[in-house]
Amino acid sequence: MATVDVDLPHVKDDDPHHHGPAKGLGRWLFTTNHKDIGSMYLIFSLCMFMIGGIMALIIRAELFQPGLQLVEPNFFNQMTTMHGLIMVFGAVMPAFVGLANWMIPMQIGAPDMALPRMNNWSFWILPFAFLILLSSLFMPGGAPNFGWTFYAPLSTTYAPESVTFFIFGVHIMGASSIMGAINIIATILNMRAPGMTLMKMPMFTWTWLITAFLLIAVMPVLAGVVTMMLMDIHFGTSFFNAAGGGDPVLFQHVFWFFGHPEVYIMILPAFGIISEIIPTFARKRLFGYSSMVYAVASIALLSFVVWAHHMFTVGMPLVGEVFFMFATMLIAVPTGVKVFNWVATMFRGSMTFETPMLFALAFVVLFTIGGFSGLMLAIAPADFQYHDTYFVVAHFHYVLVPGAIFSIMAAAYYWLPKWTGHQLNETMGKLHFWLSFVGVNITFFPMHFVGLAGMPRRIPDYALQFADFNSMASVGAFIFGFSQLVFIYNIIQNVRVGEKATAQVWEGAHGLEWTVPSPAPYHTFSTPPKVD
Amino acid sequence: MTKAITLALSLLAMPAWADWQVNMNEGVTAISREVFDLHMLIFWICVAIGIAVFGVMFYSIFKFRKSKGAVAEHWHENTTVEVLWTVIPFVILIGMAVPATATLMDMYDTSEADVDIQITGYQWKWRYQYLDEDIDFFSNLSTPREEIMNAQAKNANYLLEVDNPLVIPANKKVRFLITANDVIHSWWVPHFAVKKDAIPGFINESWVKVEEPGVYRGQCTELCGKDHGFMPVVVEVKSEEDYAKWVADQKAMKLAMAGEASKQFSMDELLAKGEGVYQAACAGCHQLNGQGVPGAFPAITGSSIATGSIDGHIDIVVNGKAGTAMQAFKEQLSAVDIAAVVTYQRNALGNSVGDMVQPSAIQK
Repeated sequence: MATVDVDLPHVKDDDPHHHGPAKGLGRWLFTTNHKDIGSMYLIFSLCMFMIGGIMALIIRAELFQPGLQLVEPNFFNQMTTMHGLIMVFGAVMPAFVGLANWMIPMQIGAPDMALPRMNNWSFWILPFAFLILLSSLFMPGGAPNFGWTFYAPLSTTYAPESVTFFIFGVHIMGASSIMGAINIIATILNMRAPGMTLMKMPMFTWTWLITAFLLIAVMPVLAGVVTMMLMDIHFGTSFFNAAGGGDPVLFQHVFWFFGHPEVYIMILPAFGIISEIIPTFARKRLFGYSSMVYAVASIALLSFVVWAHHMFTVGMPLVGEVFFMFATMLIAVPTGVKVFNWVATMFRGSMTFETPMLFALAFVVLFTIGGFSGLMLAIAPADFQYHDTYFVVAHFHYVLVPGAIFSIMAAAYYWLPKWTGHQLNETMGKLHFWLSFVGVNITFFPMHFVGLAGMPRRIPDYALQFADFNSMASVGAFIFGFSQLVFIYNIIQNVRVGEKATAQVWEGAHGLEWTVPSPAPYHTFSTPPKVD
Repeated sequence: MTKAITLALSLLAMPAWADWQVNMNEGVTAISREVFDLHMLIFWICVAIGIAVFGVMFYSIFKFRKSKGAVAEHWHENTTVEVLWTVIPFVILIGMAVPATATLMDMYDTSEADVDIQITGYQWKWRYQYLDEDIDFFSNLSTPREEIMNAQAKNANYLLEVDNPLVIPANKKVRFLITANDVIHSWWVPHFAVKKDAIPGFINESWVKVEEPGVYRGQCTELCGKDHGFMPVVVEVKSEEDYAKWVADQKAMKLAMAGEASKQFSMDELLAKGEGVYQAACAGCHQLNGQGVPGAFPAITGSSIATGSIDGHIDIVVNGKAGTAMQAFKEQLSAVDIAAVVTYQRNALGNSVGDMVQPSAIQK
């Protein structure tokens, strides 16, 4: 990213037609302010993170020892399903949308999002989608119990009745995501400050622009696949029913055509965040800005041609296996470029290690480990041994927890002073980091071992040789889970008290968002800044 | 320190270590060893790349800190370096892709098999049909419920044991034709490196050639409903002579069973036998006490079918109910078993209809 030199006619909001936030509940219900909506997305995501986390702890508690102790197998399946759905659609995605809402207008020098009323709408339908989904826990037959990937016919012919509510919920989440994505694209393409060319945009904005296109491309596919399920369940079609001339594997093709780009929807904005934080705390410009942009774009394009690597065991023809294996391995190249660029940014920099930087560094190491296991999974013949075992669980938790979620935490700590006007409490931030870092590794690293030793995923009980590592993982999960209370405490404390933050907050920070005062005024950049 | 490294290496080198096993099993077939070698090759490549990348990263973290007076330099691109670290990984990937493709082609060559066995996944058991012999049986988990519920100590093969294992001959190419009856399952034996999805309405192929007789254990690896964790795969590999003897025994047993079906049974005999059949075949869904799971699986106790006409009751057990989890048991249970379990359901579990049915009356 180019160093942004800014000519700021007015930092303070002096337009008489502008005003502060409305009073009371109405402020939140009717707001069209990108900062309010961003905050609501982030708070919502944190709530979902806690609910999904409780479900994860129920799973880990049951798996602490062999035998059935706490829950019935059917309820266990409901927990794995709901944990996955809530974390993916309720925690990670809304958190990134929240960060986009807060930061993209401020990073490109725009006064707000391009479509503020739609912005309100796309947030406010989300809580209802999750109320519908969560209410299925209390329905006869229980909540969806067929895994977050809901493979037919387990999710159609053999599903509990609540599947219809699940489908409705997914439709609403999809509508919300599509509207959010349209808004982000419209904002970035139309509302950049004069002088901010595409190749001068901050990396976070860049990664979100590409992510938004992925969302628009694949969320309708998800809507399509759940609609086909709905037709099979209620209207007598046989898309996924072999007895009626359909094909259960068709479900998996359609699902993963959505699902694989979805995986990158959850990691590309994380790449953007890390590319903001590392240069700030290394006090050195991001290495290879243009190659970073091209790498993100190529990862996004490749994500459309690798979906069947989730399906190596369904009995594809040999040529299909070979194609998807090669295409998947190719993704390692641009991903490698990103990691090398981050390391090169640190090399010969001048580093300090504040809380956001610690999360970012942990991201680089642990995401890369998740990338390595991803490369192993791409090798089709070896995948026959890894597929649907805990090795896969270890892999995607490494890219999603110390990957996506650490990046979100890094972003929260990085931008909190800008949002609240208070400097971070570094001691408490570091405590949260170290507890999370240790917890995450104790939880997920042993899963590689039990997976390789032969433990299938999604089972409520297991053979005795997996017992030791499973107990260890459960202990780690509780450490990680409870250390998030420190995170919540840190956020609340930072909102309430703290040393006054400067506009720049971090010594090495560059970019438009660091030119407005902290806390950022309710309206920023009512007059666009000029970027040279 | 040296001690720690030795320990770490010995951990990696001991794939058969029971409790703290950290690596994949090498397996017992030529294919499984190829897969293992491939796995180790990629693993070590990843380790090497990891050491290089994290090495530079940690060097930077320790060397270029502001607290040590480091001053940031100003360069931020270098085309040569960027081209190099795009091209080198690409070349390494080709090095991985070549052996991987070769192994894949071996795995896909299912031609010229000596024995053909159809494997069908059911909720939650496996069915094995020998296509060249008249052998056809189901394989159910045999771990006692008391062990699962922690009322009894768990045995060494906990959850990895079945009543009727699949039996195959050593040193013969055995082809598996894999399908499913209800939802998608996946048949996996780690020691063979064979994992193939069992998909209703479609048939997948795989094969194995095991050199040494022995017992090999695996599990279903595709979420298939409530008891997905409770449908293990056990394969007994026998020498050619032992296998021939086993085939002969199976046929003799089948003849003996056919004789039983024409016998007359007393109510007590049927109830006693029916209880065992109920626990093995029905209790998974309808529960041991016959109460079912509300909203998912109907109760037997007081049900209109189990207390209504006996013909309707026999029909649903024999033919199942399409579009639900209720399977057709005509393939899974003998006429004696069906007569016994129907009689049991009508006169136990809180029901007391009073009638009974003889095996001879079961029309399969």
